[in-house]
Amino acid sequence: METSRHWRLRQQRYALVGEVCPSCELKIFPPRDICPDCGNEARTIFQFSGRGEVYSHTTVYQAPAGHTENSPYPLAIVRLEEGPLVTAQLTDLADKPVEIGMPVEMVTRKLRSDGERGILVYGYKFRPRLARAEQS
Amino acid sequence: MTERADSRSSRGPGLPGQPNGWSPVLVAGIGMTPVGEHWDVSLRNLALDAISAALEDAGGLRPDALYVANMLAPALSGQSHLGALLADFAGLRGIEATTVEAAGASGGVAARQAYLAVASGAVEVALVLGVEKVTDKDSGQVEAALATASDADYEAIQGVTAGAQAALLMRRYFHEHRAPQDALAGFSLVAHQNAVSNPNAMFRKAISLEQYSNAPMVSDPLNTYDAAPMADGAAALILARAATLLPPDGRPAVEIAGSAVATAAMAVHDLPDPLGLPAGAASAQAALERAASQVEQVDLFELHDRFSIFAALSLEAAGFAERGAGWLLAKQAEIALDGRIPICTYGGSKARGEPGAATGIYQLAEAVSQLQGRAGKNQVAGASIALVQCLGGSGATAATHVLRRMANGT
Ligand SMILES: [Zn+2]
Repeated sequence: METSRHWRLRQQRYALVGEVCPSCELKIFPPRDICPDCGNEARTIFQFSGRGEVYSHTTVYQAPAGHTENSPYPLAIVRLEEGPLVTAQLTDLADKPVEIGMPVEMVTRKLRSDGERGILVYGYKFRPRLARAEQS
Repeated sequence: MTERADSRSSRGPGLPGQPNGWSPVLVAGIGMTPVGEHWDVSLRNLALDAISAALEDAGGLRPDALYVANMLAPALSGQSHLGALLADFAGLRGIEATTVEAAGASGGVAARQAYLAVASGAVEVALVLGVEKVTDKDSGQVEAALATASDADYEAIQGVTAGAQAALLMRRYFHEHRAPQDALAGFSLVAHQNAVSNPNAMFRKAISLEQYSNAPMVSDPLNTYDAAPMADGAAALILARAATLLPPDGRPAVEIAGSAVATAAMAVHDLPDPLGLPAGAASAQAALERAASQVEQVDLFELHDRFSIFAALSLEAAGFAERGAGWLLAKQAEIALDGRIPICTYGGSKARGEPGAATGIYQLAEAVSQLQGRAGKNQVAGASIALVQCLGGSGATAATHVLRRMANGT
């Protein structure tokens, strides 16, 4: 069963919970417990803001099994405000053209329906940052 | 803890050079099957065709060990345990055999395992086989199986495909280096041109810039001519110590002069520098060092053009171009058979076809054929040193080999 696998990742999928390295202060997402920069242990929880900007983007026309019903869909690598890059789908674009550098914010959406039993997997996507959110 | 950090940074990119007592390793035979959609041939029969061809080419050497490069058989054929299966099926029942998996770099990594075994003297004659059977499943299943080479929890779950990752890198590359929309077209054009005279190639037809520019998008800005077609294929090599080889038949011997594998962050978003191809750079540097060769001495470069952007990144990482200038080599005068640094001399993945884990073995076999002067219309004149590199995922694994033609009679 894949349910427990997705459940284990709920903090990351729903809330972008990562880590910060106590030695060099690198902000780490996804969490990996050993700092990729200095090699020291990094288990201190860090809550990312969910704000960032588009580092690169594309559209997936030939989707893998499990994602075909949403195809085509926009996909991006987002540079989080705190430093890390994260791969995620873009959402709520309406007719807004995507550009490198576009400010985005994290939202929770359905990622895929898993297998024939139809387990729905939810997680982060990114949408254009709303003016209201930018002021706060 | 600081101590550990220090030792990490001083360790350098690769393993130390060859220990004393190691012998030179020669490629004693090569075998390749046509790459394509082989509806009528099974995985084991594809493998057998390549093995038989390589054994015949090696003139009767019998292998003591089999290294199988394969990534997709468990997912697409419901078949693992290929070492025993294929040794048995090829009439080699009883020999040591195993499967090596490093996504698209499996072929190069398997060749390195065989090289290490033969160089150390633990194995006298090694058979390396790359085999992939992809056409039994529909494209969604193939994309999903290929996406297992990315981070399942943080990339594949987002609907990432191999093509989408290449597209993300390509757009960022164009952005950072101000490259025009058709900057990479030349890689595809030259690959197709080289495949015309390759009997094992899937697409034996030249294409025009106009065709490239009008091709449908796979994942913008990456179009169908930027992407290599996944297809069935098998290729094999026989490796042996120089002392083991049967009397020469007049062909120049080809030595594996340098062999290296390096890894980088598994997920593209975990790379501190996503366009840097660090594993490509580290393994190329280590392989050249072990061969005591300079990049300027290389006569041809079999790089892994599964997506055109990787041709640019590999050329930069190996030192053929400055950072950001790899796309400027996408021209006849630079990379064609008579160019400054010929690449993908039999059509590369783009036009020969991309048989996944077998790619690294095709590349090595093609390079051997160049160095032995057996490449016919694809011959790079006077080729004596070849650099061969294959990539797993978006470059998380890179295997690089330096092959060298030895002087006759030595
Ligand atoms: Zn650190």
